[in-house]
Amino acid sequence: MANLASDFIGIKSPNPFWLASAPPTDKEYNVRRAYEAGWGGVVWKTLGSEGPPVVNVNGPRYGAIWGADRRLLGLNNIELITDRPLEINLREIKSVKRDYRDRALVISLMVPCDEESWKDILHRIEDTEADGVELNFGCPHGMAERGMGSAVGQVPEYIEMVTRWVKQHSRMPCIVKLTPNISDIRKPAEAAKRGGADAVSLINTINSITSVNLDSFSPEPMIDGKGTHGGYCGPAVKPIALNMVAEIARSMETRGLPISGIGGVTTWRDAAEFMMLGAGNVQVCTAAMTYGFKIVQEMISGLSDYMDQKGFTSTADLVGRAVPNVTDWQYLNLNYVTKARIDQDLCISCGRCFAACEDTSHQAIAMSPERVFTVKDDECVACNLCVNVCPVENCITMTELPKGAVDERTGRVVSDYANWTQHPNNPSVQAAE
Amino acid sequence: MSNSQLTPGIAPGRLPAEAYQRNFSDLDPPLDRHEAHVAADRCYFCHDAPCMTACPTSIDIPLFIRQIATGTPDAAAKTIFSQNILGGMCARVCPTEQLCEEVCVREVAEGKPVEIGRLQRYATDTLMAKGVHPFTRAAPTGKRVAVVGAGPAGLSAAHRLAMLGHEVVIFDARPKPGGLNEFGIASYKTPGDFAQAEVEWLMRIGGITLKTGHALGRDITLEGLRAEHDAVFLGMGLSGVNALRAEGEDRANVHAAVDFIATLRQAPDKSTLPIGRDVVVIGGGMTAVDAAVQSKLLGAENVTIVYRRGQEKMSASTHEQEHATSVGVRILCNAAPVAVHGNGAVREVEFAYTEDTPSGLKLGAETFRLKADQLFKAIGQTLAGQPEALELAGGKIAVTGAGRTSLDGVWAGGDCASGGEDLTVTAVAEGRDAAMDIHARLAQPS
Repeated sequence: MANLASDFIGIKSPNPFWLASAPPTDKEYNVRRAYEAGWGGVVWKTLGSEGPPVVNVNGPRYGAIWGADRRLLGLNNIELITDRPLEINLREIKSVKRDYRDRALVISLMVPCDEESWKDILHRIEDTEADGVELNFGCPHGMAERGMGSAVGQVPEYIEMVTRWVKQHSRMPCIVKLTPNISDIRKPAEAAKRGGADAVSLINTINSITSVNLDSFSPEPMIDGKGTHGGYCGPAVKPIALNMVAEIARSMETRGLPISGIGGVTTWRDAAEFMMLGAGNVQVCTAAMTYGFKIVQEMISGLSDYMDQKGFTSTADLVGRAVPNVTDWQYLNLNYVTKARIDQDLCISCGRCFAACEDTSHQAIAMSPERVFTVKDDECVACNLCVNVCPVENCITMTELPKGAVDERTGRVVSDYANWTQHPNNPSVQAAE
Repeated sequence: MSNSQLTPGIAPGRLPAEAYQRNFSDLDPPLDRHEAHVAADRCYFCHDAPCMTACPTSIDIPLFIRQIATGTPDAAAKTIFSQNILGGMCARVCPTEQLCEEVCVREVAEGKPVEIGRLQRYATDTLMAKGVHPFTRAAPTGKRVAVVGAGPAGLSAAHRLAMLGHEVVIFDARPKPGGLNEFGIASYKTPGDFAQAEVEWLMRIGGITLKTGHALGRDITLEGLRAEHDAVFLGMGLSGVNALRAEGEDRANVHAAVDFIATLRQAPDKSTLPIGRDVVVIGGGMTAVDAAVQSKLLGAENVTIVYRRGQEKMSASTHEQEHATSVGVRILCNAAPVAVHGNGAVREVEFAYTEDTPSGLKLGAETFRLKADQLFKAIGQTLAGQPEALELAGGKIAVTGAGRTSLDGVWAGGDCASGGEDLTVTAVAEGRDAAMDIHARLAQPS
């Protein structure tokens, strides 16, 4: 079994699976049980300033979308930061950390945007012996309207400023949690780096309305006939999160900045994908909220088996391995020519590939009266839609044309690598001539 | 009463009271909403779907399943009813394993088809439970059409004609409408008086007058109907029963299986129905299975279906055969009855082993006997009492195109007409298509 031990910005944990700052990490009872279940680390649910605790709504705080058989695909929430007194949280953190020294325990923080507030909270958490802090600059609802959470995370200058305060007033490792509700994720990451952050974590939740009740004409989750945008998470957001992680991992300005990957991590496979794109570890919330803490056992066995198969001896071996293969469109090889191939033995003749191609794509699939479906190479642009809509795995595959072969669609011979920057139709290329 | 399965002869009440309740309740309970959504989600929404092609009424199956999946079962029901107004009954009795579900790509791929029949029932039950009739009648055309037979073919034709604005009178020989839906289908497939409820619901289209107790050739004549109506549709089914042609066939307690099934359907309390300790059913179709299974469910100790050819030639589907064996019915193949023995009433049936040769079925010399307190014949029905003026084909009313008979202005469909399988769903399709043809004819200037 591969060694899953993780060292993330000096914070050690027996595996790279942490629970994200969220409802599952709001109290000692949960966190102890999470550690017992095998979670490598926990980011304690966000603490606020001393004073009267925040209040939450007393109606539904989660909304969801479902796939077949009510499989939960996306979850949103309008819950705020911890609504328990600061003193209780601090006491519990200290107690848990004392009993689980081998596990990571990071405290998420969100206080008003002034130096004194940050200095004060950092001082208060000092003797909990927590391993680090995570700055919650991502929460998109409730706190944002009070000038915190994503209201800070959407202004790179504020991120830099607050991060600098934190590094100035604390020796703890500092992770800056980023909001995806921004047009270019690299900007806040750069700001965090400039401010001295040890790492960034992303993504926080996405502004969302999960659904509209067609009888009460109100958004869900609904509180007394009204709804508000909440933070979206779960499997549905994973592709968005993967891209944002990759953008930071491959950007010249932020390359090498440690990343804690968050966003729809549900299985070991999701975790491995985040790590391949540069995440040093991952944080999980929705999957635990859907299935309970036990899922970490599958994540541990799955990642371990995968690492054994690949001959990886440490999680560091996979971190960032796919980053060099993330590129810009203009550098993609335009001479990489593939054609769809339908395995007639696997085909069940549903005709979905035909409907998709005929109605919405390139009319490149023929259908015989006997319901045999074949690809017309002279029409196939290799768009992959047939592969994506086929209900049978590996029934339709993309086959690469070898160099020297003729693409029947274009009549051109498949030649060596060439991209858009070299293409005669590119005006920039012509201008340079 | 203290009868049991071992009570000799023919006796009622062989089982405890609760067993009847259990045995004759819904064989395949309806899907609930969540089950329906899960089942619907398995549909791939195939292009030019094979299931739709296999359906004799060409219901747009992928569309209605998608309508269920999106939470609109009423719309799904309308999709079904627009092609098959008896979609509710067909959802219960169609041999889907031989039709839509047999060709479902998931049956082909995994041996586990989308549950089309049960989904259809979910949709049609949902709409019918609301007491809503989803269609409205067109403005009256002033044309009158006579429909003979209130079974699946006649009801289907009548509904379509009425919907198109014609005035329809249905004549049926029996005291109740429904035809085989009411008298010919196993009780556990249509509990809760569904057939009558369905007729009542169908009639809400308006413009249909039902006259029961009117048999063609007894109370009404084809000539009379033609004289008083602009068109006539014949859908009176097959009222004759084939003979065994075995010695002693006229002994007591030898019955047509269809009569047994009809009696059973009409009995409100099944425990009052007498059934033999030993029952033999002769035949290989759905009627044989329905009679045999229900004999067993009434408490017969030994029930045997005897079919003269090999099992693979039985017209009852594998699903039906498996159901029969699962309740304890024995199926014996390659044997034909040669004599019915007994002193007044049947006591034993003698069979000869058969050999299916290219030149026909040959009886072997060796025979065996089965004990029988009752013998049910399920070897097919025949056309009976048809007007002489009609041309026949293969013992049925000859039709061309959409049910046109040899007589101008007379159409026929369902079991009494040539062509097509003797299935409820086929009868519905034929009735509907004949109605459309009649409508086209009536629209022509005369």
